Formats: sequence, C-alpha cells, structure tokens
Amino acid sequence: MANNGTPLIELAGLTKSYGEGAAQIMALNGVDLRVEEGDFVAIMGPSGSGKSTVMNILGCLDTPTGGAYLFRGVHVERLTSRQRTLLRRYFLGFVFQGFNLLARTSAIENVELPLLYRGVPKAERHQAASAALAQVGLTGWEKHTPAELSGGQQQRVAIARALVTDPQILLADEPTGNLDSRRGREIMDLLVSLNKDRGLTILMVTHDHDMAGYAHRVIRFVDGVVERDDANGRAL
Amino acid sequence: MLLKSILLALQSIKRNVMRSFLTMLGIVIGVAAVITMVTLGNGATKAISNQIASLGSNLLMVMPRMEFRPGSSSTAQPFENRDVEAIREQIGSLKAVAPMVESSATVVYGANNWSTSATGTTNDYFTASNWTFAAGRPFSEAEIQSGKAVCVIGETIRKELFAGKDPIGASLRVKGFGAEVIGLLKSKGQGGMGRDQDDMIVMPLRTVQRRIAGNQKINMMMLSVKDGVLSDDVVNQIKLLLRERRHVGAGEEDDFEVMDTKEIAQTLSGTTKTLTGLLGAVAAVSLLVGGIGIMNIMLVSVTERTREIGIRLAVGALENEVLLQFMVEAITLACVGGLVGIAMATGTAMILAHAMAVPYVFNPGINILSFFFSAAIGILFGYMPARRAAKLNPIVALRHE
Repeated sequence: MANNGTPLIELAGLTKSYGEGAAQIMALNGVDLRVEEGDFVAIMGPSGSGKSTVMNILGCLDTPTGGAYLFRGVHVERLTSRQRTLLRRYFLGFVFQGFNLLARTSAIENVELPLLYRGVPKAERHQAASAALAQVGLTGWEKHTPAELSGGQQQRVAIARALVTDPQILLADEPTGNLDSRRGREIMDLLVSLNKDRGLTILMVTHDHDMAGYAHRVIRFVDGVVERDDANGRAL
Repeated sequence: MLLKSILLALQSIKRNVMRSFLTMLGIVIGVAAVITMVTLGNGATKAISNQIASLGSNLLMVMPRMEFRPGSSSTAQPFENRDVEAIREQIGSLKAVAPMVESSATVVYGANNWSTSATGTTNDYFTASNWTFAAGRPFSEAEIQSGKAVCVIGETIRKELFAGKDPIGASLRVKGFGAEVIGLLKSKGQGGMGRDQDDMIVMPLRTVQRRIAGNQKINMMMLSVKDGVLSDDVVNQIKLLLRERRHVGAGEEDDFEVMDTKEIAQTLSGTTKTLTGLLGAVAAVSLLVGGIGIMNIMLVSVTERTREIGIRLAVGALENEVLLQFMVEAITLACVGGLVGIAMATGTAMILAHAMAVPYVFNPGINILSFFFSAAIGILFGYMPARRAAKLNPIVALRHE
C-alpha cells in the first residue's frame, strides 16, 4: 500500500475510438492523468466529453484503443480479459449511476456477491457484508430487496458492495445522478468520510458542480481530452 | 469453482421462482405427454397381442365365402361332416380339427335365464382355441358320437346363472331340452372387438345340429397347425382339397375362405404400431412446443439476465464462472423438470391404462429419450444466451436494454 513514488493510476496518451473509417468517433483523444493514493477526484464535463469512457476503462469494464493505463505501474492495457477481471475482483470498487443491484436479491446478498467470487467462506462473508452495510448506515435493512429500498438506499447498498472487498480505489460514475439533491448530499458526505477516515482513493464522475465541490480536485473533460485540472481547496 | 457455481445457480433459481417454474413447466408437460402417449400405445399393443395369444396360436379358420351385394347377401353352401373327415385324414401337420356350428340360444337355470351362443363342436375345439378347464371335464367319445345333451359353460354363464353355486352336474334348459353341465371353462376375458369370450356354452356337434339347428350343416372349421409348420403351406393344401371337394372349377374363385390368425395378428399389431407411432409423433410435437416454451422464457429473460451477467462481471466474476452458473442452473431446471415429467407420466399412464383396460407397460427407452431431449433443449436455450452475454464487455452487458 505504501506510496513509493509510483502513482496509483497513471494514464498516458489514452485513446478510445468507436466504429471504423469515416464513421469513426474518437471518445478519448489522448488523455494524460495521474491519481495519487488517498486523493478524491471529481471528473466533470459535458455529455460526450469522454468522462464516463475514461471511468469504464479505469474500472476495467472497457478497453482502450491506444495509449497506456498503469495501475500501480502495471500496464493494464496489456492484460488479458481474465487478468483484468481479477484486477477488478481484488483491487477495484465500482459504483454506477443506475445502482446495478441484482433484482429480487437481498441487500446483504448483493453486498456479499464480490466476496463470493473471491471465495470467502460464508460466515466471514456475512460478517464483512454486515459491517459494510453498517458503514453506509443500512443496519436493519439487510434482508430488503432493491425493490423495497429507496434510490438513496440502493446506492448505499451499491457503495457497500464496492467497499466490502476493501478496494484500492472507488470508481463512481455519477453516483448521485439518479437521486434528489438531499439524498445526493448524503451520499457525498458518505464518500467524503470514507476518503477521510479510511484514506480510500475516490474517482467520481459528475455533472453537478455542488457534488464536485466535495472533491479535493476537479478535472474537466472536453472532447475527449483533459481541458483543466485544478486543485479544489487544496494546493496542487 | 463448481461448488460456487452450484450455490449461485440454486440462489438464482430460488430468487426467480416464477421464471424457474415456467421453464420447468415446459419440460414437465413435454416429457409427460410423450411418455404417457407412448406408454399407452405400448399398452394397447400389448393388450391386442394378449388377445391374439388367447385366440390360440397358428390357428386357421375355414368358412364358406360370404358375398355382399347391395340389398342382399348370400353365403356359399356350408361344409359337411365328410369335409371335416377329409381334412383330418388327408392334411398332415394339423394338431386339431374342430368343426363348429354356432347358434344363439336362451339358457335357463331355475328362475334365471340368459341369452347366449351355443357352439356345437368336438374336443378339438378346446385344444385349438386354447381353452382350459376350471372344473369338470371335456366330452367323452360316447357323448360326441350319440349327440348327448351335455354342455361345457363359460365363466359368464356361471356368473349369470349359478351365482355362487357349483354348476357341475346341474341341468340347464337350452331351447326346451335339458342339458347336464359337465365342465366349466377358465375365463379368458374380453376378446378382440370387445366381445366377451366367456359368454357361451359348448355342446357336442351332433347335439346342436339335431336339437337346435335342425340340420347337418357345419358353418365353420377351426384348425390348429402343429408348431414349427409353415401355415402358408397348410393353407394351400386345404384350399386345393376343398376346391376339389366343393367342385370349384379352374379359374373360378374359392367359395370358401381360410383365415390365418397369424395374419390377423400381424395386421392388428401393425395397426397398433402405426397408432403408437402416431401418438408418439403427436407427443413429440408437444415436446417440441414445450421446448419452444423454454426457449421463449429464456429469451424473454435475456435482457434482465444480460444485465445480471454485466453486474456479476463488474464485481469480479470470471466469464467461466458466470457460464458455469448458468449451465448448472439450466441443467438443474431441465433435470428436475424431466424427473417431475416422468413421475407425472407414470402416474397418468397408470391411471389411464387402468381406465382404458390396457396393461401398463413401462418403456425405459422413451423415458430416457424424452428426458434427454428436454434436458438438451433446456440446457441449450438456457446456456446459449448466457454465453453470448458473458462474451460482452461488462459495460455493454450492463447497458443492455
């Protein structure tokens, strides 16, 4: 975990294109970015600026077309699909705008899911999931299915699912996008405290300036490149 | 990894009770329909072959030719005692030659009466048509020669007239004369075409000829061919002999018919085989429809399942783990559905076989075949969409609408 000079994440000239020939669309046009451990970064930008694309690539849910993505100095773009999955399993936590919980499955079972794929024994799994739910303030809601929970609660379950594996970085793609502003602020408070208390590195995509205000650093994307990268309440 | 996948598969089945139930329903109905129909078809075939066996094996029936014309029908001249003697003497390889005269008769015992058929024949009749005695004895030579008023009765007559009493030695009134009951035949039950074979009395040939029919005619002969002899050859010999005796000119058609029970048996079992095949085909369609049902449910749930696969991949499931889970899920549903189908088919077939009075014949082949066919459909359509989804980038699977 020690930071020995290598940044947690480093992107160099990262590109992503869809389609071919004349119909080719460049979603990312050479992105350079470094994220140090313990940072809380907000990525902003208009629709189609490539901010979600970069998130998906960082989360190993998508693959870049060109350039380099280093995770703790490892070239992720050179990994096989299986290795990327394992990277996801052991190091990354992902929170989506649309929650993406398993339907008809209780909160605790949703949270246990990543541990199940890690092969954690049942009792330990259960304990860890309960602790993660407690951390997001959902003690007493363990047996409820997503349909029985509010949007804010569902996002908390999703955050608990991302936290339960004790990831190196939490990637959140518009985590407050489907929530009203009060629930959104509650989620942001939760992320801030996770960053402050546990030193969890957080990378968050958002549309909302208020939400971005919670981060230490705001990066602005335009047309698939980083347009501005400033410190927010912290010296660069 | 396998254990993990089994656990996940069972969880998934439990959480999606309705979907699991509908998927299984398709398999259950398909399997049950095929097995039930084929089992009943087999039962019907068995019933018919049982009836044929009860007729007696290698049996030839010889009777005058009947002609049907619009408005009238005529029967060629019947046989005479001399014809029977000629066949007995000149045709080898016959085990029994029984002349027969059949006439309807009302029989009376005490206050009970019953309308039945009286057959006049010889002891050869019992041999040829496989009758065994439950009590009493066949006719004596003297009784046959003198045409004595004695009779052997079928089980139905005993039931209708004697209810509980011992019929042997009793005197039965047949068409106004008294006949002593000397024997009781063992029940054969229903014959072909639903006729009750036990509903008849048997008397010496002369007794029926003189006292009931009032002539010397013989309506029919029942011949039993010795085992291991080709009945076709015997039929040809009989035809030659009878043509000569009955003065049928060359080029003219036979004025009599020789029927071989083996042919009847072949025709009947051929018919039932066709019937079983037809039932099987109908059932196969229902299995196919069941299969399409499974396919439908699987395809309808593919959107939800694709997203589910996306979620699983996103939280760190390997492609193989997801696939194995879906495979186990599909196999479990297909196998449980198949077994329930087999159980249902066994129950239904037993009840229906009883209701239709055909024997229940367990056919392991069709059980295995339909089980594996439905399992294959279930696995194929459960697995294929999952395979496609698991190959996607997780983010594409997550966005699937």
